[in-house]
Amino acid sequence: MYSMIEHLVTGTADLIAAFLFMYGLKRMSSPVSAPSGIRVAGIGMLVAILASFLNAFTVNAAARPHLWVNLGLAVIALVLGASAAWFKGRTVAMTEMPQMVAIYNGLGGGAAGAIAAVELFGNKTHGTTQLVVTLLGGLIGAVSLSGSVIAWAKLDTILKKPLRFRGQRFLNAFVFLASIAVAGYMIFAAHAGGATLLPMASIIWIFFGLTLLFGILMTLPIGGADMPVVISIYNAATGLAVGLDGFVIQEPALMIAGMVVGAAGTLLTLLMARAMNRSVSNVLFSNFGEVSKKKQGKIKGAEKPVEASDAGIFMRYAKSVIVIPGYGLAVAQAQEKLYEFVKLLQAAGVDVKFAIHPVAGRMPGQMDVLLAEAGVPYDLIFQLDDINDDFATTDVALVIGANDVVNPAADTDKSSPIYGMPILNANKAKKCYCVKRGQGKGYSGIANELFYEDNTYMVYGDAQAMLVKMIEAVRGLSAAAA
Amino acid sequence: MNFEIAITGFVAIYIFMLAAFGGWVIIGDVPAILHTPLMSGSNFVHGIVVVGGIFALLNASTLTEQIIGFVAVLLGAGNVAGGYAVTDRMLAMFKTSGHKSAHASHAKRAAKKS
Repeated sequence: MYSMIEHLVTGTADLIAAFLFMYGLKRMSSPVSAPSGIRVAGIGMLVAILASFLNAFTVNAAARPHLWVNLGLAVIALVLGASAAWFKGRTVAMTEMPQMVAIYNGLGGGAAGAIAAVELFGNKTHGTTQLVVTLLGGLIGAVSLSGSVIAWAKLDTILKKPLRFRGQRFLNAFVFLASIAVAGYMIFAAHAGGATLLPMASIIWIFFGLTLLFGILMTLPIGGADMPVVISIYNAATGLAVGLDGFVIQEPALMIAGMVVGAAGTLLTLLMARAMNRSVSNVLFSNFGEVSKKKQGKIKGAEKPVEASDAGIFMRYAKSVIVIPGYGLAVAQAQEKLYEFVKLLQAAGVDVKFAIHPVAGRMPGQMDVLLAEAGVPYDLIFQLDDINDDFATTDVALVIGANDVVNPAADTDKSSPIYGMPILNANKAKKCYCVKRGQGKGYSGIANELFYEDNTYMVYGDAQAMLVKMIEAVRGLSAAAA
Repeated sequence: MNFEIAITGFVAIYIFMLAAFGGWVIIGDVPAILHTPLMSGSNFVHGIVVVGGIFALLNASTLTEQIIGFVAVLLGAGNVAGGYAVTDRMLAMFKTSGHKSAHASHAKRAAKKS
Protein backbone atom coordinates (compact mmCIF):
# COMPACT_ATOMS: atom_id res chain seq x y z
CA MET A 1 0.00 0.00 0.00
CA TYR A 2 2.72 2.42 1.06
CA SER A 3 4.74 1.63 -1.99
CA MET A 4 1.81 2.32 -4.31
CA ILE A 5 1.20 5.77 -2.80
CA GLU A 6 4.93 6.43 -2.79
CA HIS A 7 5.21 5.60 -6.47
CA LEU A 8 2.18 7.75 -7.29
CA VAL A 9 3.50 10.76 -5.36
CA THR A 10 7.12 10.58 -6.51
CA GLY A 11 5.98 9.88 -10.05
CA THR A 12 3.78 12.97 -10.05
CA ALA A 13 6.46 15.10 -8.38
CA ASP A 14 9.05 14.04 -10.96
CA LEU A 15 6.63 14.82 -13.77
CA ILE A 16 6.00 18.30 -12.37
CA ALA A 17 9.74 18.85 -11.89
CA ALA A 18 10.57 17.78 -15.43
CA PHE A 19 7.91 20.13 -16.82
CA LEU A 20 9.08 23.05 -14.66
CA PHE A 21 12.72 22.57 -15.74
CA MET A 22 11.82 22.76 -19.41
CA TYR A 23 9.44 25.66 -18.88
CA GLY A 24 12.00 27.48 -16.71
CA LEU A 25 14.76 27.10 -19.29
CA LYS A 26 12.37 28.32 -21.96
CA ARG A 27 11.61 31.43 -19.92
CA MET A 28 15.36 32.02 -19.56
CA SER A 29 15.65 32.66 -23.28
CA SER A 30 14.61 36.31 -22.98
CA PRO A 31 16.04 38.93 -20.58
CA VAL A 32 12.53 40.04 -19.57
CA SER A 33 11.27 36.64 -18.41
CA ALA A 34 14.66 35.16 -17.42
CA PRO A 35 14.61 35.98 -13.67
CA SER A 36 11.27 34.20 -13.32
CA GLY A 37 12.66 31.32 -15.38
CA ILE A 38 15.25 30.35 -12.80
CA ARG A 39 12.59 30.58 -10.07
CA VAL A 40 10.27 28.28 -11.98
CA ALA A 41 13.10 25.76 -12.34
CA GLY A 42 13.92 26.25 -8.65
CA ILE A 43 10.38 25.28 -7.61
CA GLY A 44 10.67 22.17 -9.76
CA MET A 45 13.91 21.28 -8.01
CA LEU A 46 12.40 21.77 -4.57
CA VAL A 47 9.44 19.53 -5.42
CA ALA A 48 11.74 16.80 -6.76
CA ILE A 49 14.08 16.89 -3.74
CA LEU A 50 11.25 16.77 -1.19
CA ALA A 51 9.56 13.91 -3.04
CA SER A 52 12.82 11.98 -3.24
CA PHE A 53 12.71 11.44 0.52
CA LEU A 54 9.59 9.34 -0.03
CA ASN A 55 11.98 6.75 -1.43
CA ALA A 56 12.48 5.89 2.24
CA PHE A 57 9.24 3.87 2.09
CA THR A 58 10.47 1.62 -0.67
CA VAL A 59 14.14 1.01 0.10
CA ASN A 60 15.49 -2.46 -0.58
CA ALA A 61 15.53 -5.06 2.16
CA ALA A 62 19.30 -4.90 2.72
CA ALA A 63 19.20 -1.16 3.38
CA ARG A 64 16.16 -1.23 5.70
CA PRO A 65 18.12 -1.62 8.98
CA HIS A 66 20.24 1.41 8.02
CA LEU A 67 17.30 3.57 7.00
CA TRP A 68 17.40 6.08 9.87
CA VAL A 69 21.16 6.47 9.67
CA ASN A 70 20.92 6.97 5.91
CA LEU A 71 18.09 9.48 6.27
CA GLY A 72 20.16 11.41 8.82
CA LEU A 73 23.20 11.31 6.56
CA ALA A 74 21.11 12.54 3.61
CA VAL A 75 19.80 15.53 5.56
CA ILE A 76 23.26 16.39 6.88
CA ALA A 77 24.81 16.15 3.42
CA LEU A 78 22.02 18.24 1.91
CA VAL A 79 22.30 20.99 4.50
CA LEU A 80 26.11 21.05 4.52
CA GLY A 81 26.56 20.99 0.74
CA ALA A 82 23.74 23.39 0.01
CA SER A 83 24.60 25.99 2.65
CA ALA A 84 28.30 26.08 1.77
CA ALA A 85 27.63 26.45 -1.95
CA TRP A 86 24.78 28.90 -1.38
CA PHE A 87 26.94 31.15 0.80
CA LYS A 88 29.80 31.09 -1.71
CA GLY A 89 27.45 31.68 -4.63
CA ARG A 90 25.83 34.67 -2.95
CA THR A 91 29.09 36.37 -2.01
CA VAL A 92 31.41 35.65 -4.92
CA ALA A 93 32.37 38.59 -7.16
CA MET A 94 30.78 38.70 -10.60
CA THR A 95 34.20 38.50 -12.22
CA GLU A 96 34.74 35.09 -10.65
CA MET A 97 31.50 33.71 -12.05
CA PRO A 98 33.12 31.38 -14.63
CA GLN A 99 35.17 29.68 -11.90
CA MET A 100 32.04 29.19 -9.83
CA VAL A 101 30.11 27.69 -12.73
CA ALA A 102 33.10 25.39 -13.33
CA ILE A 103 33.24 24.21 -9.75
CA TYR A 104 29.46 23.75 -9.37
CA ASN A 105 29.50 21.77 -12.57
CA GLY A 106 32.33 19.63 -11.18
CA LEU A 107 30.21 18.96 -8.09
CA GLY A 108 27.36 17.75 -10.28
CA GLY A 109 29.71 15.52 -12.26
CA GLY A 110 31.15 14.15 -9.03
CA ALA A 111 27.66 13.39 -7.72
CA ALA A 112 26.79 11.59 -10.96
CA GLY A 113 30.01 9.57 -10.75
CA ALA A 114 29.36 8.77 -7.09
CA ILE A 115 25.85 7.48 -7.84
CA ALA A 116 27.30 5.17 -10.47
CA ALA A 117 29.89 4.05 -7.92
CA VAL A 118 27.23 3.22 -5.32
CA GLU A 119 25.36 1.15 -7.89
CA LEU A 120 28.56 -0.66 -8.84
CA PHE A 121 29.78 -1.30 -5.29
CA GLY A 122 26.33 -2.50 -4.25
CA ASN A 123 26.21 -4.71 -7.34
CA LYS A 124 22.73 -3.30 -7.95
CA THR A 125 22.75 -3.19 -11.72
CA HIS A 126 20.46 -5.66 -13.45
CA GLY A 127 21.68 -7.01 -16.73
CA THR A 128 24.29 -5.91 -19.20
CA THR A 129 22.49 -2.82 -20.46
CA GLN A 130 22.28 -1.31 -16.99
CA LEU A 131 25.88 -2.19 -16.23
CA VAL A 132 27.12 -0.58 -19.44
CA VAL A 133 25.03 2.54 -18.85
CA THR A 134 26.24 2.75 -15.24
CA LEU A 135 29.87 2.46 -16.30
CA LEU A 136 29.33 5.10 -18.98
CA GLY A 137 27.65 7.42 -16.48
CA GLY A 138 30.48 6.85 -14.03
CA LEU A 139 33.12 7.51 -16.66
CA ILE A 140 31.56 10.75 -17.91
CA GLY A 141 30.76 11.95 -14.40
CA ALA A 142 34.27 11.31 -13.11
CA VAL A 143 35.93 12.97 -16.13
CA SER A 144 33.59 15.94 -15.70
CA LEU A 145 34.52 16.21 -12.02
CA SER A 146 38.29 16.15 -12.34
CA GLY A 147 38.24 18.14 -15.59
CA SER A 148 36.06 20.86 -14.07
CA VAL A 149 38.34 21.12 -11.06
CA ILE A 150 41.33 21.67 -13.37
CA ALA A 151 39.29 24.22 -15.37
CA TRP A 152 38.42 25.98 -12.13
CA ALA A 153 42.09 26.05 -11.06
CA LYS A 154 43.07 27.51 -14.43
CA LEU A 155 40.40 30.21 -14.35
CA ASP A 156 41.29 31.03 -10.79
CA THR A 157 44.93 31.28 -12.01
CA ILE A 158 46.05 28.69 -9.46
CA LEU A 159 47.36 26.83 -12.50
CA LYS A 160 48.93 29.48 -14.68
CA LYS A 161 50.41 27.68 -17.65
CA PRO A 162 49.07 24.85 -19.72
CA LEU A 163 51.08 21.74 -18.96
CA ARG A 164 52.40 20.10 -22.09
CA PHE A 165 55.00 17.45 -22.63
CA ARG A 166 56.16 15.00 -25.24
CA GLY A 167 53.94 12.01 -25.84
CA GLN A 168 51.13 13.61 -23.89
CA ARG A 169 48.50 12.57 -26.38
CA PHE A 170 49.73 9.00 -26.26
CA LEU A 171 49.56 9.00 -22.48
CA ASN A 172 46.03 10.48 -22.57
CA ALA A 173 44.92 7.94 -25.14
CA PHE A 174 46.51 5.16 -23.10
CA VAL A 175 44.75 6.21 -19.88
CA PHE A 176 41.45 6.50 -21.73
CA LEU A 177 41.80 3.11 -23.36
CA ALA A 178 42.87 1.60 -20.06
CA SER A 179 39.71 2.82 -18.34
CA ILE A 180 37.61 1.48 -21.21
CA ALA A 181 39.46 -1.84 -20.91
CA VAL A 182 38.77 -2.02 -17.17
CA ALA A 183 35.10 -1.26 -17.86
CA GLY A 184 35.09 -3.97 -20.53
CA TYR A 185 36.62 -6.43 -18.11
CA MET A 186 33.94 -5.63 -15.53
CA ILE A 187 31.22 -6.33 -18.09
CA PHE A 188 32.95 -9.54 -19.12
CA ALA A 189 33.36 -10.63 -15.48
CA ALA A 190 29.71 -9.92 -14.76
CA HIS A 191 28.77 -12.15 -17.67
CA ALA A 192 31.20 -15.00 -17.08
CA GLY A 193 30.74 -15.05 -13.33
CA GLY A 194 33.30 -16.86 -11.20
CA ALA A 195 36.44 -15.34 -9.72
CA THR A 196 37.95 -12.11 -11.03
CA LEU A 197 41.64 -11.27 -11.20
CA LEU A 198 41.24 -8.80 -8.36
CA PRO A 199 38.41 -8.34 -5.88
CA MET A 200 35.61 -6.48 -7.66
CA ALA A 201 35.86 -3.52 -5.28
CA SER A 202 39.51 -2.95 -6.24
CA ILE A 203 38.61 -3.07 -9.91
CA ILE A 204 35.92 -0.42 -9.35
CA TRP A 205 38.44 1.80 -7.55
CA ILE A 206 40.93 1.36 -10.41
CA PHE A 207 38.21 2.26 -12.91
CA PHE A 208 37.35 5.51 -11.15
CA GLY A 209 41.03 6.28 -10.53
CA LEU A 210 41.76 5.99 -14.23
CA THR A 211 38.73 8.05 -15.30
CA LEU A 212 39.53 10.82 -12.82
CA LEU A 213 43.13 10.82 -14.03
CA PHE A 214 41.95 11.05 -17.62
CA GLY A 215 39.84 14.14 -16.82
CA ILE A 216 42.90 15.82 -15.32
CA LEU A 217 45.27 14.85 -18.14
CA MET A 218 42.80 15.89 -20.82
CA THR A 219 42.26 19.38 -19.38
CA LEU A 220 45.85 20.22 -18.37
CA PRO A 221 47.22 21.02 -21.85
CA ILE A 222 44.30 23.30 -22.79
CA GLY A 223 45.07 27.02 -22.49
CA GLY A 224 43.18 29.28 -20.11
CA ALA A 225 41.55 31.24 -22.94
CA ASP A 226 39.73 28.12 -24.07
CA MET A 227 38.34 27.29 -20.65
CA PRO A 228 34.83 28.65 -21.37
CA VAL A 229 34.42 26.13 -24.18
CA VAL A 230 35.83 23.41 -21.96
CA ILE A 231 33.44 24.25 -19.12
CA SER A 232 30.58 24.21 -21.57
CA ILE A 233 31.64 20.76 -22.75
CA TYR A 234 31.85 19.47 -19.18
CA ASN A 235 28.49 21.07 -18.46
CA ALA A 236 26.99 19.05 -21.29
CA ALA A 237 28.93 15.97 -20.12
CA THR A 238 27.58 16.23 -16.59
CA GLY A 239 24.07 16.54 -18.02
CA LEU A 240 24.64 13.37 -20.02
CA ALA A 241 26.02 11.51 -16.98
CA VAL A 242 23.01 12.61 -14.93
CA GLY A 243 20.68 11.39 -17.66
CA LEU A 244 22.40 7.99 -17.77
CA ASP A 245 22.26 7.71 -13.97
CA GLY A 246 18.57 8.52 -14.23
CA PHE A 247 18.12 5.46 -16.43
CA VAL A 248 20.07 3.27 -14.00
CA ILE A 249 18.01 4.24 -10.95
CA GLN A 250 14.78 4.54 -13.00
CA GLU A 251 14.13 8.23 -12.36
CA PRO A 252 12.70 9.84 -15.51
CA ALA A 253 13.13 13.35 -14.09
CA LEU A 254 16.90 12.80 -14.05
CA MET A 255 16.82 11.34 -17.53
CA ILE A 256 14.91 14.30 -18.95
CA ALA A 257 16.71 17.08 -17.06
CA GLY A 258 20.10 15.49 -17.73
CA MET A 259 19.49 15.02 -21.42
CA VAL A 260 18.01 18.52 -21.87
CA VAL A 261 21.18 19.96 -20.34
CA GLY A 262 23.32 17.58 -22.37
CA ALA A 263 21.77 18.80 -25.61
CA ALA A 264 21.63 22.45 -24.57
CA GLY A 265 25.24 22.32 -23.41
CA THR A 266 26.34 20.76 -26.68
CA LEU A 267 24.59 23.48 -28.68
CA LEU A 268 26.10 26.18 -26.48
CA THR A 269 29.55 24.65 -26.93
CA LEU A 270 29.16 24.68 -30.71
CA LEU A 271 27.96 28.30 -30.65
CA MET A 272 30.99 29.32 -28.60
CA ALA A 273 33.46 27.42 -30.73
CA ARG A 274 31.90 29.00 -33.82
CA ALA A 275 32.32 32.46 -32.29
CA MET A 276 36.03 31.72 -31.98
CA ASN A 277 36.08 30.21 -35.47
CA ARG A 278 37.46 26.93 -34.17
CA SER A 279 36.14 23.45 -34.03
CA VAL A 280 35.58 21.77 -30.70
CA SER A 281 38.20 19.14 -31.42
CA ASN A 282 40.62 21.94 -32.26
CA VAL A 283 40.02 23.42 -28.81
CA LEU A 284 40.52 20.08 -27.10
CA PHE A 285 43.49 18.69 -28.97
CA SER A 286 45.42 21.45 -30.72
CA ASN A 287 47.65 22.73 -27.90
CA PHE A 288 46.43 26.21 -28.75
CA GLY A 289 48.79 29.15 -28.21
CA GLU A 290 51.99 27.20 -28.59
CA VAL A 291 52.96 28.53 -32.01
CA SER A 292 52.95 32.14 -30.96
CA LYS A 293 55.83 31.76 -28.54
CA LYS A 294 58.20 30.95 -31.36
CA LYS A 295 57.03 33.90 -33.41
CA GLN A 296 57.88 36.80 -31.15
CA GLY A 297 59.58 39.99 -32.30
CA LYS A 298 58.37 39.78 -35.88
CA ILE A 299 56.03 42.73 -35.58
CA LYS A 300 57.21 46.02 -37.01
CA GLY A 301 56.82 49.39 -35.35
CA ALA A 302 56.74 50.34 -31.70
CA GLU A 303 54.14 50.77 -29.02
CA LYS A 304 53.49 54.48 -28.51
CA PRO A 305 52.59 55.45 -24.97
CA VAL A 306 50.32 58.41 -24.29
CA GLU A 307 49.04 60.11 -21.14
CA ALA A 308 45.57 59.11 -19.97
CA SER A 309 44.51 62.73 -19.60
CA ASP A 310 45.44 63.52 -23.22
CA ALA A 311 43.51 60.51 -24.41
CA GLY A 312 40.51 61.58 -22.33
CA ILE A 313 40.52 65.11 -23.77
CA PHE A 314 40.89 63.82 -27.32
CA MET A 315 37.83 61.62 -26.87
CA ARG A 316 35.90 64.55 -25.39
CA TYR A 317 36.30 66.38 -28.72
CA ALA A 318 35.70 63.33 -30.90
CA LYS A 319 32.37 62.83 -32.63
CA SER A 320 32.07 59.14 -31.99
CA VAL A 321 33.70 56.62 -29.69
CA ILE A 322 33.30 52.85 -29.55
CA VAL A 323 34.38 51.25 -26.29
CA ILE A 324 35.72 47.69 -26.44
CA PRO A 325 35.79 46.32 -22.93
CA GLY A 326 37.65 43.14 -22.07
CA TYR A 327 38.31 41.04 -19.04
CA GLY A 328 41.10 43.39 -17.90
CA LEU A 329 38.42 45.99 -17.23
CA ALA A 330 36.65 43.63 -14.89
CA VAL A 331 39.88 42.61 -13.17
CA ALA A 332 40.53 46.28 -12.39
CA GLN A 333 36.91 46.62 -11.18
CA ALA A 334 36.63 49.64 -13.44
CA GLN A 335 33.22 49.06 -15.08
CA GLU A 336 31.53 51.77 -13.04
CA LYS A 337 34.31 54.30 -13.66
CA LEU A 338 34.07 53.46 -17.34
CA TYR A 339 30.35 54.16 -17.39
CA GLU A 340 30.95 57.42 -15.50
CA PHE A 341 33.47 58.46 -18.18
CA VAL A 342 31.05 57.41 -20.92
CA LYS A 343 28.29 59.51 -19.36
CA LEU A 344 30.65 62.51 -19.33
CA LEU A 345 31.38 62.00 -23.03
CA GLN A 346 27.67 61.63 -23.79
CA ALA A 347 26.97 64.86 -21.92
CA ALA A 348 29.54 66.53 -24.19
CA GLY A 349 27.66 65.27 -27.24
CA VAL A 350 29.92 62.35 -28.14
CA ASP A 351 28.18 59.33 -29.64
CA VAL A 352 29.35 56.39 -27.48
CA LYS A 353 28.69 52.71 -28.06
CA PHE A 354 29.96 49.53 -26.47
CA ALA A 355 31.16 46.69 -28.66
CA ILE A 356 31.16 43.22 -27.14
CA HIS A 357 33.06 40.35 -28.65
CA PRO A 358 31.29 36.98 -28.34
CA VAL A 359 34.12 35.61 -26.21
CA ALA A 360 34.90 38.77 -24.26
CA GLY A 361 35.57 37.96 -20.65
CA ARG A 362 36.16 34.44 -19.48
CA MET A 363 32.79 33.21 -20.67
CA PRO A 364 30.52 34.19 -23.56
CA GLY A 365 28.16 36.90 -22.40
CA GLN A 366 30.06 37.58 -19.19
CA MET A 367 30.96 41.10 -20.34
CA ASP A 368 27.26 41.87 -20.85
CA VAL A 369 26.60 40.76 -17.28
CA LEU A 370 29.43 42.90 -15.92
CA LEU A 371 28.31 46.01 -17.83
CA ALA A 372 24.74 45.42 -16.72
CA GLU A 373 26.03 45.31 -13.15
CA ALA A 374 27.61 48.73 -13.65
CA GLY A 375 24.30 50.12 -14.92
CA VAL A 376 25.08 50.42 -18.63
CA PRO A 377 21.76 50.35 -20.52
CA TYR A 378 21.13 47.64 -23.06
CA ASP A 379 20.70 49.91 -26.05
CA LEU A 380 24.34 51.05 -25.84
CA ILE A 381 25.69 47.52 -26.03
CA PHE A 382 26.26 46.01 -29.48
CA GLN A 383 27.38 42.54 -30.51
CA LEU A 384 30.17 41.98 -33.02
CA ASP A 385 28.08 41.53 -36.17
CA ASP A 386 25.98 44.59 -35.48
CA ILE A 387 28.81 47.05 -34.92
CA ASN A 388 31.86 45.89 -36.86
CA ASP A 389 31.04 47.99 -39.94
CA ASP A 390 30.76 51.14 -37.83
CA PHE A 391 34.45 51.26 -36.88
CA ALA A 392 35.50 52.73 -40.24
CA THR A 393 33.36 55.81 -39.60
CA THR A 394 34.29 56.12 -35.93
CA ASP A 395 36.80 58.62 -34.57
CA VAL A 396 38.10 56.65 -31.61
CA ALA A 397 38.11 53.03 -30.56
CA LEU A 398 38.81 52.76 -26.86
CA VAL A 399 40.12 49.29 -26.00
CA ILE A 400 40.11 48.64 -22.27
CA GLY A 401 41.55 45.41 -20.99
CA ALA A 402 40.76 43.57 -24.20
CA ASN A 403 43.50 42.00 -26.27
CA ASP A 404 43.02 38.95 -28.44
CA VAL A 405 39.55 40.02 -29.61
CA VAL A 406 41.03 43.09 -31.37
CA ASN A 407 44.17 41.45 -32.74
CA PRO A 408 44.26 42.09 -36.51
CA ALA A 409 46.54 39.07 -36.88
CA ALA A 410 43.34 37.02 -36.79
CA ASP A 411 42.48 38.58 -40.18
CA THR A 412 45.89 38.85 -41.79
CA ASP A 413 48.47 36.46 -40.35
CA LYS A 414 47.84 32.91 -41.47
CA SER A 415 50.46 31.55 -39.09
CA SER A 416 48.75 33.07 -36.08
CA PRO A 417 46.98 30.56 -33.87
CA ILE A 418 43.91 32.80 -33.78
CA TYR A 419 43.82 33.19 -37.57
CA GLY A 420 40.23 33.18 -38.76
CA MET A 421 38.67 34.21 -35.46
CA PRO A 422 36.28 37.12 -36.06
CA ILE A 423 37.63 40.21 -34.33
CA LEU A 424 36.34 43.66 -33.51
CA ASN A 425 37.88 45.98 -36.10
CA ALA A 426 39.36 48.48 -33.68
CA ASN A 427 42.22 49.03 -36.14
CA LYS A 428 39.75 50.43 -38.69
CA ALA A 429 38.84 53.36 -36.45
CA LYS A 430 40.64 56.66 -37.12
CA LYS A 431 42.41 56.47 -33.81
CA CYS A 432 42.73 53.74 -31.27
CA TYR A 433 43.52 54.03 -27.57
CA CYS A 434 44.40 50.88 -25.68
CA VAL A 435 44.35 50.92 -21.91
CA LYS A 436 46.57 48.15 -20.63
CA ARG A 437 48.33 47.33 -17.41
CA GLY A 438 51.71 46.97 -19.05
CA GLN A 439 53.48 45.65 -22.09
CA GLY A 440 52.68 42.02 -22.47
CA LYS A 441 50.55 39.47 -24.16
CA GLY A 442 46.91 38.60 -23.78
CA TYR A 443 45.37 35.72 -21.93
CA SER A 444 46.02 33.39 -24.84
CA GLY A 445 49.69 34.38 -24.93
CA ILE A 446 49.67 35.97 -28.38
CA ALA A 447 51.35 39.29 -29.19
CA ASN A 448 48.92 41.90 -30.52
CA GLU A 449 49.73 43.67 -33.79
CA LEU A 450 47.16 46.34 -33.09
CA PHE A 451 49.38 47.85 -30.40
CA TYR A 452 52.11 48.49 -32.97
CA GLU A 453 49.97 50.18 -35.61
CA ASP A 454 50.47 53.83 -36.55
CA ASN A 455 47.15 55.11 -35.28
CA THR A 456 47.24 53.17 -32.03
CA TYR A 457 48.29 54.81 -28.77
CA MET A 458 48.87 52.95 -25.55
CA VAL A 459 47.71 54.13 -22.15
CA TYR A 460 49.71 52.10 -19.67
CA GLY A 461 48.29 51.68 -16.22
CA ASP A 462 45.54 50.19 -14.13
CA ALA A 463 42.23 50.62 -15.95
CA GLN A 464 40.48 52.17 -12.98
CA ALA A 465 43.26 54.67 -12.24
CA MET A 466 43.52 55.62 -15.92
CA LEU A 467 39.77 56.18 -16.20
CA VAL A 468 39.86 58.39 -13.11
CA LYS A 469 42.55 60.46 -14.86
CA MET A 470 40.46 60.69 -18.02
CA ILE A 471 37.41 61.74 -16.02
CA GLU A 472 39.41 64.39 -14.17
CA ALA A 473 40.89 65.72 -17.41
CA VAL A 474 37.47 66.04 -19.07
CA ARG A 475 35.93 67.58 -15.94
CA GLY A 476 38.88 70.01 -15.77
CA LEU A 477 38.09 71.15 -19.31
CA SER A 478 34.48 71.95 -18.62
CA ALA A 479 35.49 73.67 -15.38
CA ALA A 480 37.99 75.83 -17.30
CA ALA A 481 35.38 76.62 -19.94
CA ALA A 482 32.94 77.74 -17.28
CA MET B 1 -3.12 -0.10 -9.52
CA ASN B 2 0.60 -0.01 -10.06
CA PHE B 3 2.39 3.31 -10.41
CA GLU B 4 5.90 1.92 -10.40
CA ILE B 5 8.01 3.29 -13.22
CA ALA B 6 9.87 0.81 -15.36
CA ILE B 7 11.87 2.25 -18.22
CA THR B 8 13.64 -0.23 -20.42
CA GLY B 9 15.29 -0.41 -23.80
CA PHE B 10 13.61 1.62 -26.47
CA VAL B 11 11.45 3.60 -24.05
CA ALA B 12 14.64 5.00 -22.51
CA ILE B 13 16.02 5.87 -25.91
CA TYR B 14 12.75 7.63 -26.86
CA ILE B 15 12.88 9.66 -23.65
CA PHE B 16 16.52 10.58 -24.27
CA MET B 17 15.87 11.52 -27.88
CA LEU B 18 12.86 13.72 -27.14
CA ALA B 19 14.55 15.39 -24.17
CA ALA B 20 17.69 16.08 -26.21
CA PHE B 21 15.61 17.57 -29.00
CA GLY B 22 13.69 19.65 -26.47
CA GLY B 23 16.91 21.00 -24.96
CA TRP B 24 18.28 21.82 -28.39
CA VAL B 25 15.15 23.72 -29.43
CA ILE B 26 14.73 25.54 -26.12
CA ILE B 27 18.29 26.84 -26.13
CA GLY B 28 18.36 27.55 -29.85
CA ASP B 29 16.79 30.99 -29.64
CA VAL B 30 18.65 32.37 -26.65
CA PRO B 31 20.37 35.68 -27.42
CA ALA B 32 24.17 35.86 -26.96
CA ILE B 33 23.69 38.33 -24.14
CA LEU B 34 22.17 35.57 -21.99
CA HIS B 35 24.76 32.88 -22.68
CA THR B 36 26.49 33.09 -19.31
CA PRO B 37 23.30 33.01 -17.21
CA LEU B 38 22.05 30.21 -19.43
CA MET B 39 25.14 28.07 -18.94
CA SER B 40 24.80 28.65 -15.23
CA GLY B 41 21.06 27.92 -15.40
CA SER B 42 21.51 24.63 -17.21
CA ASN B 43 24.26 23.87 -14.70
CA PHE B 44 21.62 24.33 -11.99
CA VAL B 45 19.16 22.05 -13.80
CA HIS B 46 21.55 19.09 -13.85
CA GLY B 47 21.75 19.57 -10.08
CA ILE B 48 18.70 17.26 -10.12
CA VAL B 49 21.44 14.65 -9.69
CA VAL B 50 21.02 15.26 -5.96
CA VAL B 51 17.72 13.37 -6.17
CA GLY B 52 19.63 10.38 -7.52
CA GLY B 53 22.15 10.84 -4.72
CA ILE B 54 19.39 10.71 -2.09
CA PHE B 55 17.98 7.59 -3.73
CA ALA B 56 21.41 5.93 -3.73
CA LEU B 57 22.16 6.91 -0.14
CA LEU B 58 18.79 5.71 1.19
CA ASN B 59 19.38 2.35 -0.47
CA ALA B 60 22.95 2.02 0.80
CA SER B 61 23.60 -1.04 2.95
CA THR B 62 27.38 -1.10 3.41
CA LEU B 63 29.75 1.48 4.82
CA THR B 64 31.41 2.07 1.43
CA GLU B 65 28.02 2.68 -0.18
CA GLN B 66 27.02 4.99 2.65
CA ILE B 67 30.20 7.05 2.36
CA ILE B 68 29.99 7.38 -1.41
CA GLY B 69 26.24 8.04 -1.21
CA PHE B 70 26.90 10.77 1.34
CA VAL B 71 29.47 12.32 -1.00
CA ALA B 72 26.97 12.12 -3.87
CA VAL B 73 24.32 14.02 -1.90
CA LEU B 74 26.88 16.51 -0.60
CA LEU B 75 28.21 17.31 -4.09
CA GLY B 76 24.76 17.29 -5.66
CA ALA B 77 23.42 19.68 -3.02
CA GLY B 78 26.36 21.98 -3.75
CA ASN B 79 25.54 21.86 -7.44
CA VAL B 80 21.88 22.74 -6.85
CA ALA B 81 22.33 25.50 -4.28
CA GLY B 82 25.35 27.09 -5.92
CA GLY B 83 23.89 26.92 -9.39
CA TYR B 84 20.68 28.55 -8.24
CA ALA B 85 22.45 31.24 -6.22
CA VAL B 86 24.72 32.48 -9.03
CA THR B 87 22.09 32.22 -11.77
CA ASP B 88 19.51 34.11 -9.75
CA ARG B 89 22.06 36.80 -8.90
CA MET B 90 23.07 37.28 -12.51
CA LEU B 91 19.55 37.39 -13.85
CA ALA B 92 18.33 39.76 -11.15
CA MET B 93 21.11 42.13 -12.09
CA PHE B 94 20.11 42.11 -15.72
CA LYS B 95 16.60 43.12 -14.85
CA THR B 96 17.15 45.80 -12.25
CA SER B 97 20.10 47.56 -13.88
CA GLY B 98 18.34 47.57 -17.24
CA HIS B 99 15.21 49.11 -15.78
CA LYS B 100 17.00 51.50 -13.49
CA SER B 101 19.19 52.98 -16.21
CA ALA B 102 16.24 53.24 -18.55
CA HIS B 103 14.38 55.16 -15.90
CA ALA B 104 17.43 57.28 -15.13
CA SER B 105 17.92 58.33 -18.74
CA HIS B 106 14.21 59.06 -19.04
CA ALA B 107 14.39 61.21 -15.95
CA LYS B 108 17.42 63.03 -17.32
CA ARG B 109 15.73 63.72 -20.61
CA ALA B 110 12.69 64.99 -18.79
CA ALA B 111 14.88 67.21 -16.64
CA LYS B 112 16.65 68.63 -19.69
CA LYS B 113 13.38 69.48 -21.38
CA SER B 114 12.08 71.36 -18.40
